Amino acid sequence: MADTAVLLEFVEKLKAENADWVANFKETFGEVTVFVPRESIVDVAWVLKTKHGFDMLADLCGADRGPEEDPRFEVNYHLFSTKHHNRLRLKVLLSEDAPNLGTVTTVWKTADWHERETFDLFGVIFDGHPDLRRILLPSDFDGHALRKDYPLRGYEPYSLS
Amino acid sequence: MSTAVENIPSQFEVLDQTLDSQMTLSMGPQHPSTHGVLRLDLRLDGELVVKAIPDIGYLHTGMEKLFEYKKYQQGIVITDRMDYLNPLGNNLVYVMAAEKLLQLEIPERAQVIRVLMCELQRIASHMVWLGTHCLDIGAMSVFFYCFRQREKILNLIESASGGRMTPSYFRIGGLMMDLPAGFERRCRQFLEDFPEAMNTFETLVTGNTIWQSRTMGIGLISAEEAIDWGLTGPCLRGSGVDLDLRRDNPYTGYETYDFEVPVETDGDVWARFKVRMRECYESYKIVRQALDRLKPGPTKADAPKVVLPDRDDMRKHMDSLIHHFLIVAEGFNVPEGEVYHAIEASKGELGVYMKSNGGPKPERVHFRGPSFVNLSALPVMSEGEMVADVVAIIGSLDIVLGEIDR
Repeated sequence: MADTAVLLEFVEKLKAENADWVANFKETFGEVTVFVPRESIVDVAWVLKTKHGFDMLADLCGADRGPEEDPRFEVNYHLFSTKHHNRLRLKVLLSEDAPNLGTVTTVWKTADWHERETFDLFGVIFDGHPDLRRILLPSDFDGHALRKDYPLRGYEPYSLS
Repeated sequence: MSTAVENIPSQFEVLDQTLDSQMTLSMGPQHPSTHGVLRLDLRLDGELVVKAIPDIGYLHTGMEKLFEYKKYQQGIVITDRMDYLNPLGNNLVYVMAAEKLLQLEIPERAQVIRVLMCELQRIASHMVWLGTHCLDIGAMSVFFYCFRQREKILNLIESASGGRMTPSYFRIGGLMMDLPAGFERRCRQFLEDFPEAMNTFETLVTGNTIWQSRTMGIGLISAEEAIDWGLTGPCLRGSGVDLDLRRDNPYTGYETYDFEVPVETDGDVWARFKVRMRECYESYKIVRQALDRLKPGPTKADAPKVVLPDRDDMRKHMDSLIHHFLIVAEGFNVPEGEVYHAIEASKGELGVYMKSNGGPKPERVHFRGPSFVNLSALPVMSEGEMVADVVAIIGSLDIVLGEIDR
């Protein structure tokens, strides 16, 4: 398990760079999560990649806290470094009224499909994404399936005809 | 009169125009070399691929949604169906994420058996890859030799868990049950025959000049691009990046085993092929070490509220019976929090993001499938290659659509 002291150093470095970039951070189960305001996610990602060696975006996924919560959506970025093998999680909170944030496809190309998947299943919009289409579900699908208010069996039986 | 004749294009001009025009070819989803239900939109210029757009989702079954409606222990069964060539790896990453949230200590014997089974499964997965990769390129007979070896491993897994393709052998807190009597002997028997089988593959494939000409210099991707596209596993190591989570982010005690991480620098289909072939030998080494380490001991963690009791205990002790009833009927509560856990599966980094709200069902389970990410880099590798080479490149990525579409 990674040593969290090393991870907290990265948080301190980020704070030193720009105090607005780190809204909050927490340390749980040996992992460090940095809450990033949605305006600065692309800048934070760029700095972490170019200056702190987080050259790989291991995963990007959305989460829904439920329709009664505000902010409702979370977008999690799991960063990994092929040089020092540390992992860091960035988290952006989004409200239901404005579920959009900047794309990180300009930072890591691998974000392309991850962002499409998050858009497909949660309806989170990544501004500036080159090709934001549904990826897993058909293009005429109604709704976003992983939202908590989407019923397990769908609104109505889906028909291919 | 003369102008009309000038307007008619010459025969050669017509030919040139047809050659210049591009054709769109939809490859799949029923194409046998797309390993399931992958569809590729290929923009072709003659036989050259100008643009390749993968289209996925034909096998989407909403597994991530289903996790939210199932108890933690029921979710293990779903993970089997994702990467169906490496189900034990899926089991492992899922149960380890839950164990991280529950902060369980896993007994030594269970850890060793987990390593043993995962490495056997890795060999089985690589056998399917080798067989189908060869089949795609046109070497049919290798397939049968590979599946003979894979069958032996599946028999071992079946003897331990009861399932060939869907073992669900790892449970939260340990194993479903201990290894059956005679497992060690049968496993050693398999290991005795395995190097000879690898020799057969090396003779059939590695030294084959047709194979070499079909794979060398095809599907190139540089180290920087591979990292940028998030490639992991043999695809990344084939591009010269020395990264293996078993060594760099060790789990289940991999740091105590003696093995090497094969790295090739060419970044083509041939390099990825060689990395996987060498990985089979390394897995073979780890399995042997794990077998030597097997010592009697418990295979389940000491957590009666999470781990199902033995049947024998249930008949004798009232509290075991109560625990059994509660776990089955209500499930167990997992502390609130979120974890991301990643292991080195046979295809690359298999990660799971698990979020708990304190109840018996997870709030969110997300799988980061290595096939999903590796496939997204297919356009980079295949643009500028021939159509027949696209088949070779897909084979070298070793994708499983069950995991991509989830």
